[in-house]
Formats: sequence, C-alpha cells, structure tokens
Amino acid sequence: MAEITLQDIIKEENLVYSRTKVMTPNELHYCPGCGHGTAHRLIAEVIEEMGIQEQTVGVTPVGCSVLMYNYMDIDMQEAAHGRAPAVATGIKRVMPDKYVFTYQGDGDLAAIGTAETIHSCNRGENICIFFINNGIYGMTGGQMAPTTLEGMASSTSPFGRDVSMMGNPIKMTELVAQLAGTYFVTRHSVHTPRNVRRAKKAIRQAFENQKAGKGVSFVEIVSNCNSGWKMPPVKANEWMEENMFPFYKLGDIKVDGKLVEK
Amino acid sequence: MDKELRLMKGNEAIAEAAIREGVDAYFGYPITPQSEVIEYLMSEKPHERTGMVVLQAESELAAINMVYGAAGTGRKVMTSSSSPGISLKMEGISYIAGSELPCVIVNVVRGGPGLGTIQPGQCDYFQATKGGGHGDYRLIVLAPASVQEMADFIETGYDLAFKYRNPVMILSDGIIGQMMEKVELKPQKKRFTPEEIINKYPWATTGKPKSRERNIITSLELIAAKQEAFNQKLIKKYQEIQENEIKYEALNTDDADYILVAYGSVARICMNAMEEARAKGIKVGLIRPITLFPFPTPIISKLADKVKGFMSVEMSAGQMVEDIRLAVNGRKPVEFYGRQGGMIPAPEDIVIALEQKLIGG
Repeated sequence: MAEITLQDIIKEENLVYSRTKVMTPNELHYCPGCGHGTAHRLIAEVIEEMGIQEQTVGVTPVGCSVLMYNYMDIDMQEAAHGRAPAVATGIKRVMPDKYVFTYQGDGDLAAIGTAETIHSCNRGENICIFFINNGIYGMTGGQMAPTTLEGMASSTSPFGRDVSMMGNPIKMTELVAQLAGTYFVTRHSVHTPRNVRRAKKAIRQAFENQKAGKGVSFVEIVSNCNSGWKMPPVKANEWMEENMFPFYKLGDIKVDGKLVEK
Repeated sequence: MDKELRLMKGNEAIAEAAIREGVDAYFGYPITPQSEVIEYLMSEKPHERTGMVVLQAESELAAINMVYGAAGTGRKVMTSSSSPGISLKMEGISYIAGSELPCVIVNVVRGGPGLGTIQPGQCDYFQATKGGGHGDYRLIVLAPASVQEMADFIETGYDLAFKYRNPVMILSDGIIGQMMEKVELKPQKKRFTPEEIINKYPWATTGKPKSRERNIITSLELIAAKQEAFNQKLIKKYQEIQENEIKYEALNTDDADYILVAYGSVARICMNAMEEARAKGIKVGLIRPITLFPFPTPIISKLADKVKGFMSVEMSAGQMVEDIRLAVNGRKPVEFYGRQGGMIPAPEDIVIALEQKLIGG
C-alpha cells in the first residue's frame, strides 16, 4: 500500500476546520495559552453563523485586547479605558438596527469603567457586553485588578492581596444581574473544549437576545493570564480551576430577565 | 417648520437650533448654568419632531463617550456642559480629536477654578483653545456674543466639524446662556438618512459591507513614525483651518488709536465702553474674535502697525491677552483688564482701565 503524503491530505474535501471569515488573517499578538484568541474566535464564529457581519459594530477596550480590531473583520471603535459601554450606547442609540457589542477586561469594566458598566446595564441598552476576567492587569505588566483574588500575588500586591488594606475582589457579574436592564447574565470559561462549546452557546444567546431587543446580555469569561500569573499555560489553567472558579462560579446567573435560583 | 422669530434664552435657542439643524443625537448631564439645554430638548420631544436621540447620561464622562460612539457612525452629535463638566469631558474630547471625528460641544462657561461659581466666566479660554485634554490637538472654537449667534453657530459648527472632521466647541458663557433676546430661527432641516450617511461619510462605522474594508475608529498608533505622520497630518489640518476659517468683527478700527479686544458677552459690554470713550474724545476701536481658534492674528498684527496700543478685556485672570501679545509681538503695548469669579466688567470701569493702563501710561 502506498504511503499517504501530506499532499494527499491537504484537499478541499478534507477541510473540516478553518479560520472564520469574520476574523482577519492577522497573527494574534496574545501570549501562548491566553484565552483572548479563543474568545475572539467564538464571537467571530457567532457573527458569521448569524450572518450579521455587515450589521455589527464592536467596541474594543483598553487592555490586552485593545488591538482586537486588527483581528475582527467588522467595523470597530476603540474606546478610552473603561468607556466602552458608553461608546456602545452612542452607537446603538443612533443605529438601533445594528448589532453592537463591547469586549472588555476586568480592569476596564470593573474598575475604571464601573459607572459606565452599571449605568448601561441599568438603562437596559440593547447591546452585548463580553467581559474577560483574568484577575489581573495583563497589558501593563501584571498589576492588581479589581477582580484579583484575596491572597493572590501581583506586581502591586507582591505579598498577596491583603483585603484589609486593598479591598475585596468584586463580583461585577453578580452585581449587574441585580439591575432591571440586564436580560441575560452568565459566566463561562474557554479553557477546555467543553467549556468553549458552552461559552459559544452563551455568546450566540447574547446576540439572539439583542436581535429580539431584550436589553443587556452580559457574558463573563473567566480566563487565565499565564504571563501575569507567572505560570506555564497548563499550570495556569489548573490554578484557574482551583482558585478562580470557586470564587467566580461558572454558570447562568440571570436568564430571560430572571435570576437563576441556586 | 419655517423661519421663526422668538424670544428665547441662549441655552434654549441653541437647543432649538440643534433640532432644526437635523442633529441626530444629544448626550448630556445637567450642570448650572446650562441645564436648560437638555431640559428644553426633553420638553420638545425631538424623537417625535425629527427622530433625534436625546439621552441624559450618568456623567459628563459617559456623555462625551456616547458622543464619540455616535459621531463614529457619521451622525451629527452634540453635547453641552459648563466648566467643571467640560473638564470631565476633556479625556473624551482628546480621543475625538485624535480619531478625527466631527461633533459640536457647547461650554456655557462659569467662574473657576474647581467648583468655582455658577456665575458667568471666560476662564476656560486656555482649555478651549490650547488643548485642555492631553496630546497635540486643536478644537475649532466659536464664541457667540448673542442669543442669535448661539442659534446660528450650530449650523456653522457642524459645517466646520464635518468639513475638517474635527470637534468644534461653542465657547459661550453664563450671560449668553441665561439671557433672553430676540432670535430668528432657521427652517427645519431634514436629518440625513442612514443611506445618505453611508454615501457621505465612507469612514464611518456603519457596518462593513462586502464592498469595502472594515472601518476602524481609533486614536491608537504604537509605531512612533506612524504616529508622527498622523500628528503632522493634524498640524497641516490646523494650519488650513488657520488660513481659511478666521472670523472676527471689527468696529471703529479705521481711525482708532486704541483697540479693545474682547469676545462673547464682554464684547457687547466693550461696545458700550467704546461709545463712552469716544464721547470723551478717545478714539477707540474693537476687535471681537468670533473664532478663538483660529485666532484672528492677522488683523491684530496689521492693526499693531497703526494703533497706539491694545487692551484685552476678559472675565478671566488674563488668557486671550497672551494670543494678542503673540500677534502684536512687542510692537505696541498690550494691556489687560479683567474681572473674575463671576463678576462682570462695567463699561465705565473698562474706560477707566483704558485711560490708566494705556493712555496715562
């Protein structure tokens, strides 16, 4: 029997997975093991599957994903640090028939942009908010975030977060679930294939809610930061499971405008 | 709606003019002495009259970032505030300038610094004309001296903002905002349709069709050489604005020995001071800058060759006087008379200051 060569395999009929057309061919700048690339891709896949590429405008934050517009083949606006929900409000209010989303990290959404987050959620802006929480400021070099866990080391809490001095980690997602304007609030991760599938389903649901005019859909993705946490990627994922998930519990918090009974 | 004559407050006139201009959205936050702008807009139900969006934001920060978002889609967008609120907007204004987006920002100035006073001031001249936010940028700054100009500068402002893709500030003050005068309002303009906007502003984030590359609104450039090239593009634009868009009013300058320079409400007071001085036999003229950026440097420079001196009159500690000194460049004396803290200069005090500082000196 003749040996199968690479050339035999690389054929159109064998293609089962490829770059989604909603992502550009640009190489991602993220660290190996980072969850941003997967989260970007899931949003892009949902946009492609729903056929809404021409109707979608995204808002990027300040943080590691500031350059998200290099990777998404859609119109995008880059917001000042924390202001993405206000920028998205401005876009959506003048183009109510378009799909508008923000993509924000924990420093952006839960520290400097707290007011914009809470009030856009409270007004029930008909937008999607994607919140990537890795408990640290990645871009500026691993400083303490509002979501840094108690005892967790960062470059500005080098001996671990002392809550008596530095305050407590904030559960922004539980907080916005209390507001009348949020319709769908959920927390996921993208570190295993199973979690990726669940996260994608939530992202799809968020866009479907916007299509139906339901108000804010808020999807948190608890992610790792192996560079900031100073761990190899696999170890970072294990650490995330052992430390982040017990505090930031995965699952739905509010569905169809109603808090989920625990 | 046709042309119409009405008696209105400056703040109301600018709001009505915005509806008639076909402005797509207003985002604001209440602050004295300009809260009538959003109050008037809300009471007029502009969503019914023209489809205009009016939203009260949770802060000036949020309001200016809503402006940034909506302006990015190619819409006519507006915000208004007063001094402390404008300081909060400065971050967003820098991003809007850095992203080359058109919009109109109204500042009904009050005395400062800090919380200051709710009485009128002109103490935000530096902030408006020299930057205010971070980075090398310029606003086009219009200074209305009447309720009529409050209304008229809405149209002028949007024409300039879209012509140059640059934020425009209407630098008013508590007097102009609060006082009532006769105003002739322009007929209602139609708002542009989404299709018209796509055709007129191909740079806008209106959703990416297959026929074009994606549009990105950003002020971020990590490569120094590219950022410098962008800065040089901005410099060129600002030079073009300086060459083409200077507006001023010149009164009694032909035979004048002395020139008062004043803008906004103080220019109105200086008109009285000029009459009083002329009644005393002092030949006084007035230059009223209508654009503060671009500043009417050429006319002041020209006058410097023939007059005996200048006096800047401001409700500030002396801000515009620096631009006059740059224009005069040491050829003639340039004095300053100002009141601060919400105090308003009286015509007779201006004449006394002129006599003491310029003529007696």
